[in-house]
This record gives sequence, C-alpha cells and structure tokens, in this order.
Amino acid sequence: MPDYRLDEEHEQLRATVAEFARDVVAPVIAGYYEREEFPYDIVRGMGEMGLFGLPFPEEYEGMGGDYFALCLALEELARVDSSVAITLEAGVSLGAMPIYRFGTEDQRLRWLPDLCSGRRLAAFGLTESDGGSDAQATRTRASLEGGEWVVNGSKVFITNSGTDITSLVTVTAVTGRSEAGNEISAVVVPSGTPGFTVAGHYSKVGWNASNTCELAFADCRVPEANLLGERGRGYAQFLRILDEGRIAIAALGVGLAQGCVDESLRYARERTAFGKNIGSYQAIQFKIADMEARAHTARLAYYDAAARMSRGESFKKQASIAKLVSSNAAMDNAREATQIFGGYGFMNETPVGRFYRDAKILEIGEGTSEVQRMLISREMGLR
Amino acid sequence: METMNIVVLIKQVPDTWSERKLTDTDHTLDRDAADAVIDEINERAVEEALLLKEAHGGKVTVVSMGPDRATDAIRKALSMGADEAVHISDAALHGSDTIQTAKVLASAIRTIEGVDLVVAGNEATDGRAGAIPAMLAELLGLPQLTHARRVEVEGTEVRVERETEDGITHLAAELPAVVSVGEKINEPRYPSFKGIMAAKKKPVTTLGLGDLGIDPSEVGLAAAFTSVVESAPKPPRGAGERVEDQGDGGVRIVEYLAAQKLV
Ligand SMILES: Cc1cc2nc3c(=O)[nH]c(=O)nc-3n(C[C@H](O)[C@H](O)[C@H](O)COP(=O)(O)OP(=O)(O)OC[C@H]3O[C@@H](n4cnc5c(N)ncnc54)[C@H](O)[C@@H]3O)c2cc1C
Repeated sequence: MPDYRLDEEHEQLRATVAEFARDVVAPVIAGYYEREEFPYDIVRGMGEMGLFGLPFPEEYEGMGGDYFALCLALEELARVDSSVAITLEAGVSLGAMPIYRFGTEDQRLRWLPDLCSGRRLAAFGLTESDGGSDAQATRTRASLEGGEWVVNGSKVFITNSGTDITSLVTVTAVTGRSEAGNEISAVVVPSGTPGFTVAGHYSKVGWNASNTCELAFADCRVPEANLLGERGRGYAQFLRILDEGRIAIAALGVGLAQGCVDESLRYARERTAFGKNIGSYQAIQFKIADMEARAHTARLAYYDAAARMSRGESFKKQASIAKLVSSNAAMDNAREATQIFGGYGFMNETPVGRFYRDAKILEIGEGTSEVQRMLISREMGLR
Repeated sequence: METMNIVVLIKQVPDTWSERKLTDTDHTLDRDAADAVIDEINERAVEEALLLKEAHGGKVTVVSMGPDRATDAIRKALSMGADEAVHISDAALHGSDTIQTAKVLASAIRTIEGVDLVVAGNEATDGRAGAIPAMLAELLGLPQLTHARRVEVEGTEVRVERETEDGITHLAAELPAVVSVGEKINEPRYPSFKGIMAAKKKPVTTLGLGDLGIDPSEVGLAAAFTSVVESAPKPPRGAGERVEDQGDGGVRIVEYLAAQKLV
C-alpha cells in the first residue's frame, strides 16, 4: 500500500519550518508586502536554517536532504506567505538546481556554497517578452567570440534576479542553428557583469514581497567556461528543471490552500453574525469542508509526484497533475476564504487578502494551466 | 579551562499556543490536552550552552525529567546541536513537586562526570515556580547565578549579568556552577535539516529511579510537600482604568505605570 506518512526527520523539518513561519514570517510579512520590499532578514533566517541547501549534498554546504524536504518547507512557508516561499522555490529549484544538475565540478564549487547557505540567490531567465509558454521561441543570442560568450537580448519576469544578494542568472540563449531549429544553450551571467542590466521591479498583483525583474543584455561578455551543461542541450535541460519545479510549485499551492483553511477555521469560530458563530452556519461549514478536501487531495498529488521522482521513475505527468490541481485548489480556496472573511477579506493586511492576490500566479508561472493540460494529454498519447 | 562540559536542563511543556489546563482528578497538568513542545526558555538555555561550546569547545548534554513524550523536546535540543541526552522517566515521578524534581535532577547530573556548568531556564512556562535552578545548586553544592541576561566564561570563571526587577547585578563564580537564563539572553537557533538528521544518531540514556538509587516512595504526588487542592480558571480581565486627559494625561499615565513598576 502507498504510505504517505512523513518519517520522523521530515516531520521534524515540517514542524520547524511551521514554527519559523508562525514566529518569524507571520508577524512582519504584511508590512513588507505593503511596501513591496524584499525581506532580507527573513531570507537570512531561512538561509541559516539551511532551507536553501535542502536538496543538495553537504560538500556544497547543502543539507543532504531531498527534493521532498524542499517541498515540505515550501508548503509550510506558503501556508503563511507565498512571497518568501517563491523566493525559496526560485532560489533552489530554478537558481541552484541547474548548476547542481548540469554544472561542472568547478562551477558547482564556485557557486553552490553561497547559494546553499542562502548568502546569495540565483535566478533562472527563460521567459522573454515575446514568449513564455513557447520557450523555444527564445530570441536572446549568445555567440562565442575570442573565448567569451557575448550575450544580447532580454528577459522578462525573472524571480530573484535583482536583489542585493543575487549572484547570477542562468539565461537560455540561441547559440546556433541546426536543421531541427534553434540551438538553445544555458549560460551563467554573474550579477554585475558589464552589459547586463536589471530594470527596477514590476508593480505586481501578488507576491509583492518577492523580487521580479526585467533583464537586458547588450554585448554582455562572460567566459566560455560559463556555459552550463552541454551546448545545444539548454532546452532539454530546462524541461527537466521545470518538471521538478512543478512539484515544488504544487507544494507551494497546497500551502496557500491550507493557509486559507487555517485562517477560515479560526475566523469561523470567532466571528458572529445574527447572534451565532458564522462557523455554525452550514453554508460556511461546507465551504471549509470543500477547502480542506481540495488542500488534502492536492497534497496527495504532489506527494505522489515527489515519491516517483525520488524513486527515479518517470514523474512528468504526475508533476503536471499536481501543479494543475494544486493551483486550482489555491485559487478556489483563496476565493472562498476571502468570502468567509467578508469585508476584512478584501483588506490587504489580512492573510486571506494576500492569499487572494497570491493565488492567481500559480495558474501562470512555471507553465500555465493550459500548458499543464497539454503536457498531461501528451503523456497520455494525444497529439 | 581546556574545553567545557555543559549540562542543560530541558523540560517538555504544553505549547503556549494551545489550550492549557489541569486535570479534574488530581490537578496535575493535563498533558493530553495540549501539544507538547520544548519550553521556549529551555531553547534559550540550549542556545547559550551551544554558544559557549562553540566559543570554548566541549560537549553539551541535555538532561530532562518527564514522561516518554519528553523525547520530542530532547530530540529538538539534539537537533539544535547538543551532543547527547539523559532522559529520566519513571511512572512514580508523576506529580512530583519542585524539591523532589530538583533532587532527581541532581542525582542525574551526578551520573555525568566532570560537569563544568549547568544551564537552566529561569522558570518553566507551565509550573512557573522558578525554584529549580536554585534548589539544584544547593543540592549539588555549587554557586548559583540566576536570571542571567548575559553569560561569559573566561578561564575557570563564569560571569553573569543578572537582571531582576531591582536592576542589573554583575555576578562571578568559579566553575563548576549553575546558571539560569532569562528571556533576553539570546534568540535560539532553528534546527537545520542536517541537525535534525544528525540528532537521530546521538546517544540518549534513559534512567529510571532505580538507576539513580531513589526510592519511589520519596517522589511523586503522594510524597510531595505541596499539593494543589483546587483549581479554577482565571477570572475574565477587568475593564481597566480610564484616564481622561485634562492636560495632565501623560503625567497620570506615567504615574500609573510607575505604580505598577512598569517604568
Ligand atoms: C511573478 C512572476 C515570476 C516569474 N518568474 C519567472 C522566472 O523566474 N523565470 C522565468 O523564466 N520566467 C518567470 N516568469 C514567467 C512565467 O513563467 C510566464 O509568464 C509563463 O510561463 C507564461 O508565459 P507568458 O507570460 O509568455 O504567456 P503566453 O505564453 O503568452 O501565454 C498566454 C496565454 O496563452 C495560453 N497558451 C499559450 N500557448 C498555448 C497553446 N499552445 N495552447 C493553448 N493555450 C496556450 C497560455 O496558457 C496563456 O493563457 C514569471 C512570471 C511572473 C508573473
């Protein structure tokens, strides 16, 4: 029988992150969100706990854990706030993971220790203004000239790319053409490289305490040795990274969905209307029951995808299913939780107000819900 | 002093975030009613011990008396970085008062060789007697430096800034000694996943009363010096005092706060 109980270590990690989220994140995050400020102090605390090193081996200052441990941490953070959760998700799964998976030993030793400890953050730049879902439409170019990659182009919506502690961005770029089409490769561009500029951050609907920037490259030169993985394998590499990342985003969505349950349950017991707790009305009880059911089933979906991944089985379809159902659960639960809170739910300072604003991006980032459905149906043999 | 051999006392208490109550039958703590966690003040004690160990080298042993469930508190201290643990667990200990508890803890500490420093929290968030560190020092024949908000070890001397309502006192004593720490001492670290995994492999010695040479009739509810006869929930909060500002509002508020010894 499948067994979804957590072992002792994972349970203790979950409880530790839950405590951190409750005691360190919850009291201050609304202020950062309102000011659209990146919470350096909280991120430092997450780094000291080793969260950025969870799935990496100790030789790179990692924690020697697994991807599932990362997912549990993401779920517990997102139960309280999604901005800090996406900072962790993007930092680990998009930032550090490509370097770990595809980097040479030199590249790993050079960049990973700072990333695993959370002293620095890395970003992954794939999306461009003319194409997100269609990642093969990349226009950014990198050409090899005199032992250096010369990068020209731009990227949009890149998480973690413009913080004071960002150390690098891995960008996908066209490095040549073959009969099959564009040859796409991944090149590491350290922050501060001449010709690489980061435009000020966007005004976003949600995730307001996270960092998202637009990047421009104008004759930006980096050493040839900054090629990450094999030349021409950039597309295949990031497909692998995105497959894994979907499990992480699913965990984040489950956290948000569960956070909506936590808040609603508390409020339903506290708030009175017409002389009774609103939680005594069946209309509210059923909403909360449905919310719990959605969070629970979405959690099982990401546990299953993570379990397959750790057993080394194919997990592509399960990861897409997990992301699809979890982002649905997050959206539905955020809508219902806001409803349960009435007017207070529409206020930015309440957690559910933030949940409502943070949920939508889950149906868009790291593969839209349409893309997930495309991937699922393709895995089922429909073309 | 070469390296330090430090003992930290920890206690599993009901989580202050959950509902805490006493049992109806014998007015002891209803341990099933609330989630159990390591007492926060003990986390600070562990943190202080770890800081001392990091500065001077050595070893940190946590000692805890409590039911089987106390293993969770012990594991947390080990995950934070403590090296080993002694868990005193015996059904006969149920309902023990502070003197009995101090005696048991003292016997357990005597089983550890060459202790330089015993670190404890000022008072637990459940019983709130705040007497154990002093009693323990007395029983072990060691100097007591209580209510510390700062601890320093140099050579064979421990120096403490003691903070109470009366102000700050600077204390010093030769090691070995007993130190109890207050809320302001430090911010305890969160265990890392590496720490959590390492904790599983650290040695935990479980001792019963027999191992400590204590007769069960000396401890527990029946033999306790104190007993709780009755308990009632705390009355609802009063309405508070209203100060109408007639030009002297600020002064009157300060006078009120001064009378409460808050400023
Ligand atoms: C806050 C934030 C953070 C982000 N962080 C990063 C990051 O760190 N790195 C990064 O590279 N990107 C990042 N992104 C970009 C994100 O991944 C893309 O926005 C997303 O993949 C969608 O791409 P797009 O915006 O170009 O939409 P499009 O691809 O233009 O899609 C528009 C609509 O068309 C639909 N659609 C597209 N193709 C099809 C099709 N074949 N069939 C049916 N429907 C289709 C889509 O589902 C969508 O509804 C971030 C975005 C945001 C908002």
